[in-house]
Amino acid sequence: MSNEEIENMKELLKQAVAPVPDSELRRDLWPQMLSILDKQPLPVHRVPWFDWVLAAILSAVLIFFPGSLPALLYHL
Amino acid sequence: MELLERFAAGDLEAFEVLFRQHQKEVYAWTVRIVRDTGIAEDLTVETFWRIYKHRAQFKPDGNFRAWARRIATNAALDHLRHTRPETTLPENLPSATSPDGTVGREARDSINRAFRELPAKYRLVASLALVEEESYREIAQAAGISESLVKVRVFRAVRILRKKLNSLRAEVATK
Repeated sequence: MSNEEIENMKELLKQAVAPVPDSELRRDLWPQMLSILDKQPLPVHRVPWFDWVLAAILSAVLIFFPGSLPALLYHL
Repeated sequence: MELLERFAAGDLEAFEVLFRQHQKEVYAWTVRIVRDTGIAEDLTVETFWRIYKHRAQFKPDGNFRAWARRIATNAALDHLRHTRPETTLPENLPSATSPDGTVGREARDSINRAFRELPAKYRLVASLALVEEESYREIAQAAGISESLVKVRVFRAVRILRKKLNSLRAEVATK
């Protein structure tokens, strides 16, 4: 296909396809954006329950058996 | 902390500043693709919603404008994919151009319909490259494809338009 064909189609389209009615935004869309943000709150990042259990067990071990700290650090 | 860093960290005020800075540009780009002001406004909001949702993927040292334009292009493309053009035929289809070189009303309608019936990815490049005369480079960056692929799609769009126009004329001639 030649560039001439493309140019011909360009001309046809320019005459046939309606020009963009208004390329300048006439109003502030932030209020619309805010209402969407309100309707669709982002999912809060949740810590899984087993992570809390693990943290609790670890804390208990460290509190009741502080001597286990070097062993724990060794295994980390 | 810089504005873009605050935005990437989820600061709503930083997002509002960026929204107000870029909404006009995103709208102007989108309306050139979808060619409808109401839809372009909705898609501008949709674009920023996607931007906000994926803020963690944005690198604060990156180009926010280019990123926003890429997302706007994808949102517009999704819209084109999900809207079906009208399929009615006009009463008659005269030759495309009159003796003075201008396009007649019915021919204009049929070209316009053939344009609207293009598959979304071809309509996107046809609108930007052929009607709006955006550079292939600009389109490639916005669509996230290579310049050569933009050229290929423009060629194919022109070929599809020619075929559609020929078949519309043939269909009317047999009526």
